[in-house]
Amino acid sequence: MQRYIAGRLLLMVPTLVGVAVLTFMIMRLVPGDIVQLRFMAGGGTVSRALIDAERHRLGLDKPMLEQFTDWMTAAARLDLGTSLWTNRPVIEEIGLRLGLSLELALLATVIAIALALPLGVIAALKQDTWVDYAIRVFSIGGLALPSFWIGILTILLLLTVFRWLPPLTFTPIWEDPVQNLAQLIWPALAVGYRYSAVAMRMTRSSVLEVMREDYVRTARAKGLGERLVVVRHALRNSLLPVVTVISLEFAFLIGGLVVTEQVFNLNGIGKLLVDAVVNRDYTMIQGLVLLLASVFVIINFLVDMLYLVLDPRIRYA
Amino acid sequence: MQHRRVSTLLIGISLMLAACAQGPRTSPTSPPVAGEQPRPGGTLTFVVASEPPSFDAHRETTYAILHPGSPQYSTLLRYDPNDLTKIIPDVAASMPEFSPDKLTATVKLRTDVKFHDGTPMTGEDVLATYNKIVFPPQGVASARQGAYAAVESMSATKDTIVFKLKYPSASFVASLASPWNWIYSAAKLKQDIKWYEKNVGPGTGPFVFDKYTKGSDWTGKKNPDYFGKDKNGTQLPYLDGYKAIFIVDVTAQVNAIRGKTAQIEFRGFTPEQRDTLARALGTDLAIQEAPWICVNYITPNTKKAPFNDVRVRRALTIALDRWKMGEDLQKITSLRDIGGLMRPKGPFAMPDADLAKIAGFSRDAAAAKQQARDLLKAAGQEGLKFNLLNRNTPTPYEPLAIRLLDEWKQVGITVTNQPKQTTAYFADLDSGNFDVALDFNCDFLDEPDLQLAKFYSVSRVGTTLNRAGFNDTKLDGMIDAQSRETDPEKRKKLVWDIERYAMDEMAYMSPSPWWFRIIPYSNKVRGWKVGSNHYTNQDLVSVWLAP
Repeated sequence: MQRYIAGRLLLMVPTLVGVAVLTFMIMRLVPGDIVQLRFMAGGGTVSRALIDAERHRLGLDKPMLEQFTDWMTAAARLDLGTSLWTNRPVIEEIGLRLGLSLELALLATVIAIALALPLGVIAALKQDTWVDYAIRVFSIGGLALPSFWIGILTILLLLTVFRWLPPLTFTPIWEDPVQNLAQLIWPALAVGYRYSAVAMRMTRSSVLEVMREDYVRTARAKGLGERLVVVRHALRNSLLPVVTVISLEFAFLIGGLVVTEQVFNLNGIGKLLVDAVVNRDYTMIQGLVLLLASVFVIINFLVDMLYLVLDPRIRYA
Repeated sequence: MQHRRVSTLLIGISLMLAACAQGPRTSPTSPPVAGEQPRPGGTLTFVVASEPPSFDAHRETTYAILHPGSPQYSTLLRYDPNDLTKIIPDVAASMPEFSPDKLTATVKLRTDVKFHDGTPMTGEDVLATYNKIVFPPQGVASARQGAYAAVESMSATKDTIVFKLKYPSASFVASLASPWNWIYSAAKLKQDIKWYEKNVGPGTGPFVFDKYTKGSDWTGKKNPDYFGKDKNGTQLPYLDGYKAIFIVDVTAQVNAIRGKTAQIEFRGFTPEQRDTLARALGTDLAIQEAPWICVNYITPNTKKAPFNDVRVRRALTIALDRWKMGEDLQKITSLRDIGGLMRPKGPFAMPDADLAKIAGFSRDAAAAKQQARDLLKAAGQEGLKFNLLNRNTPTPYEPLAIRLLDEWKQVGITVTNQPKQTTAYFADLDSGNFDVALDFNCDFLDEPDLQLAKFYSVSRVGTTLNRAGFNDTKLDGMIDAQSRETDPEKRKKLVWDIERYAMDEMAYMSPSPWWFRIIPYSNKVRGWKVGSNHYTNQDLVSVWLAP
């Protein structure tokens, strides 16, 4: 077991190195550079000499191999470099946004689980009744409607009916929890609804499958109440695919809420990543992709470990 | 591309919803009535649509640094907030005095100006500031260094700065009022020449820097030691402070004004966004509009056949019915006024009657279209096909390109619109990888030296300015001549000659309808006037809030 865990941890290294190499190469294949954008996007008139001097200052005129070696050497020391756009350390820029993205992802996950598990189980237990149909319509709605669109509707509703707009600037939860929730609850609801729809459908089909298993019949045969059968035997065993879906969605939420972040003016990781790509801020993109890849790799690992807890039959050699 | 589509969808959906939810379209209202007594106090909250890459206005070219940062700084001269065509002293005690040969400009400085750290401002600070702008040391970027090519040397005493010029320069005084030329502390620059790139202040402006939260907001507080007073002797500024909120998404910007979370956005909205706000806020909304010193240039690649043939280039511009384009496009975009290379209705604008004689500005659209067809036939380019390099910005680039495609189709030209993400767009512009491009230019001032800089030969200014890639020593000489002509009337005529030559005779680049600024804002905001650009008049010194 320990060897398995050590092996999984060691495998993370080549995975992340591969991600780093690919990101570095792909970004440099895309035309355009940060200096042109910085000095020309406003419509000003700047000289070629200024453009060339700035490229030199940022090291963009160095051979690609040298740029890659410099970056990888620094990354090995956990130094992701400085943003070409803001000239501030990449770690600092990410740190500023990570709290908000994590909090939003956690809130959305709580909302999703709170909706998905009970409704998914009820839909399975009441299969093909009006309750099941209602829950299925609700979940298909969540899959069909993009969360940013729900976000727009929510804002318009708040503006039109209550003449109120959620705060546009972020307040950390430890400074003012009410203000913090007033800003984040709306995007969390919009995202959590879609997220819950995915998990709800998975829960329903998984519970349906488990309810047909022999051990459920055995539990019923030995006289256990329906609630105990569902909670102790069916639900726990049906959680494996649900946990996988929820975990991967959580990892996605850290950097994947670009449009929702824009709609609610949230200063999160998704917005930072899009800004970095638009600005061709190579060091920032590389740092962010490494971060997001790390999140996925670590969450996958944790999910695999969680399987052991949920299903004692699973053994890793 | 995906991101742009989603953004466009967002805007579209919200506009559609707003249109369904609200009543009839409301006409723009007038700005609040002038003559009221300014009321001290309050905090102005405004939206800034992007974030500054650094804190140094000398090196940056984006308005995103001017809107949150200008209130903390002063400039040597400035534009009068009550009459934005007039230049007045800021930290200067009076307007520059010129020697009879116009080669020496002496500017006396105020002696009551203090930096926010309490140190008095002297000629040494102004000299250090201008040295950084005009003669930046190795490794220091100065984005507008080229605008000071006439400056030979500078010197200063405690309360005076003297500029020695190589030749008389018509634009020199105006360039001292540049909103980018924030006065920095000589001591800080000596300590670290990049101090102001990394830090906000100390400045000498009406507000003291308070806090900047990246990606969120920037706040400033009233500077109690500010040197400025209004005409009644009241200490300026009126506001207790301000808060700039960074909001990139246009729908969120509109919602911020609509929800009264922010009172104003100083760059501008589209006509649809204005109407959405007008419907939602009614009389709580004030609107100001003004012609804008921003324009798109239709730029044929003169290094590439068939655009190296002047007949083809002339056909491209003659085919356009600009007057009708302006009429139509103003309903959905910020494009409206028709002009040449200088802003319509501006101090150097060519009269409409003269403009109509230039290729592409005729009032007889049918005859012009026939002339374009004849030119294409003569050049052997009937059925011409090309790609139009465009920026993937939803407005005004996309609607403008659609209209151009339609105008050209009417003379038998088939054009494919190629919108590209901004960095890829610049890469193609810079490398000459295009047939015809939609270039653009925005300036802070109606000044031929700025607006004509793109028309210098490519061998002189490179492709970062001259996107069309032509070399023309005659045109270079004409631009130089107007720059050195200090008689305004004579200079205007020289500029008009340049317009005739560059737009008609050679048809190097031709303007689309010029932009106009639309500022819908809370009617509680007073003391701010819309100008012809989104760079000047941003120090908020005269702004106040009505109860």
